Amino acid sequence: MTDFSGTTGLIFNEPLLWEKGRKGRTGMSLPRRDVGTYALDESLCGDGPDFPDLSEPEVARHYVRLSQWNFGVDSGLYPLGSCTMKYNPKLNEKMASLQGFTGAHPLLPAELSQGALRLMFELERLLAEITGMDAVSLQPAAGAHGELAGMLIIHAYHKSNGAARSKIIVPDTAHGTNPASAALCGYKPVAVKSNEQGVLSPEAVAEIMDSETAGIMITNPNTLGLFERSIREIAEIVHKKGGLVYGDGANMNAVMGIVRMGDIGVDVQHLNLHKTFSTPHGGGGPGAGPVCVKKNLEKFLPVPRIIENHGAYSLSYDSAESIGKIHAFYGNFGVMIKAYGYILSMGAESLKKASQLAVLNANYIKAKLKDVFHLAYDQPCMHECVFSDKLQKQNGVTTLDIAKRLIDYGFHPPTVYFPLVVSGSIMIEPTETESKEDIDQFVEACKAVVAEAKENPELLHAAPTRTKVRRLDETNATRHPCLTG
Amino acid sequence: MKKMSEFRLPDDVRYSEDHEWARLEGDAIRVGISDYAQDQLGDITFVGMPNVGDAFSQKQEFGTVESTKAVSELFMPIGGKVLEVNEALEESPGLVNEDPYGRGWLILVKPDNPDEFNSLMTKGDYAKRLKGAE
Repeated sequence: MTDFSGTTGLIFNEPLLWEKGRKGRTGMSLPRRDVGTYALDESLCGDGPDFPDLSEPEVARHYVRLSQWNFGVDSGLYPLGSCTMKYNPKLNEKMASLQGFTGAHPLLPAELSQGALRLMFELERLLAEITGMDAVSLQPAAGAHGELAGMLIIHAYHKSNGAARSKIIVPDTAHGTNPASAALCGYKPVAVKSNEQGVLSPEAVAEIMDSETAGIMITNPNTLGLFERSIREIAEIVHKKGGLVYGDGANMNAVMGIVRMGDIGVDVQHLNLHKTFSTPHGGGGPGAGPVCVKKNLEKFLPVPRIIENHGAYSLSYDSAESIGKIHAFYGNFGVMIKAYGYILSMGAESLKKASQLAVLNANYIKAKLKDVFHLAYDQPCMHECVFSDKLQKQNGVTTLDIAKRLIDYGFHPPTVYFPLVVSGSIMIEPTETESKEDIDQFVEACKAVVAEAKENPELLHAAPTRTKVRRLDETNATRHPCLTG
Repeated sequence: MKKMSEFRLPDDVRYSEDHEWARLEGDAIRVGISDYAQDQLGDITFVGMPNVGDAFSQKQEFGTVESTKAVSELFMPIGGKVLEVNEALEESPGLVNEDPYGRGWLILVKPDNPDEFNSLMTKGDYAKRLKGAE
């Protein structure tokens, strides 16, 4: 019998901070006043904000207790497909905490910020090398922000050619945010269906690609975890009609050092530094979604650009055709430090190895579970594999029940009900950082849950049972959201 | 999740490939989604409706339905002009789950070409199609 990590223990209740503390209690002492007293201007007076009065131990315990309710990649396997929840080496946190970086201020003049500017400049070069693109902007704050920047660049390109276009092709296996990013830029997203092998066929693209279409947004590998094998041919079709190819880099973790997107026809590519290049994520940020382009699109990149002149670095706004500024200052710098540290400490060979292991781990899980769950597309996958609840549904058990039951065994659930092309999908991305023992344990947990689904479906309907709170009423939370503290 | 035999498939409506139903009411057509569709979507949290007076062709997208799982498009089972939308769904989108053929109706349409109604599936054809989808 496998000893699973999921168990029960003493879990503390913890009220909101506003329900704790007593009037006048305080967690700090101000230094003795060493200047005279002056009356405040009337306009600056009034009631202060509604902050609770708390002591230091109350605050410390509050946040420690909340953290104990949490599950993170530092507590266990987190196979959330499409999200690349891999372990982030602590070395990179240490680098980001160096005093020279934490003490830097974005309003410092360039001559006092040479280290930070050099790091950003060199990171741009490294990302250009990894993607096979020519120029990079680190400004976008997240993946979808990178997509929007990319769409604005494609729009600027067509505008400079004197022919603004109105549509963008988005496959049904693209990353979920793609149609929204295109629409936000004023384009009409046109859906194209993947074929029976789960990938795009050039014929389907050729059928709808026309002179009104600005380009195509391709996620490669796609959200079924399959590599778009016809990417070159598709790029050629799109280019012939004057369109551009946008590559969504959400799944870059499968192909680092293996596929250079710029070499297979991609014109604009974004990356998720917080997925692929070592920044903790999942709590809403901050992230970074650099946008990488081919030479002919460089002039449209956001300003400021980082430029180097005889070893001196500076920010330049000298770019007449730029799409403009898209973030305060220059993006989320802390994330850039971690990505830079990650790439340098890994080196070219290890980055490639990381992708190979990510793909190997996903294929191992696919092989181990293909008789346990229904496998939507039975072919070699990349860094993630997609199953469904088809076999379990006959026992009245759904994907959601399976996901909730896995929590009781000590695992974060996989991504559920996405991608939409598979009904009841269960999308598993183990990442490269999991050991064989941990993956085997996850496989055993899945098998145990499936056995329970047959023998005692009620166990799954009631799950999770070992958590601080039981199954949450997601419907009610969505229909009647409570947005106050 | 319901089993195949548990789906309510009334025979006073016709069904589309996209799981909408259409019911002939005088000169107008009332439109909603089938019991199978609401069951597949799960608890519905929001219905994005067209405006009264909007015109759509058959199979054109006229709105969206959002559940805790996903957002899905709604397609016209028949082309025409929107006469009424079910305003009760704004406050109570769950009506689509509870009573998909009754209080959970979506829109009332004045059809451009009433013959399109006959191109829709009968209860028997639709039941066969659902068996194929399983």
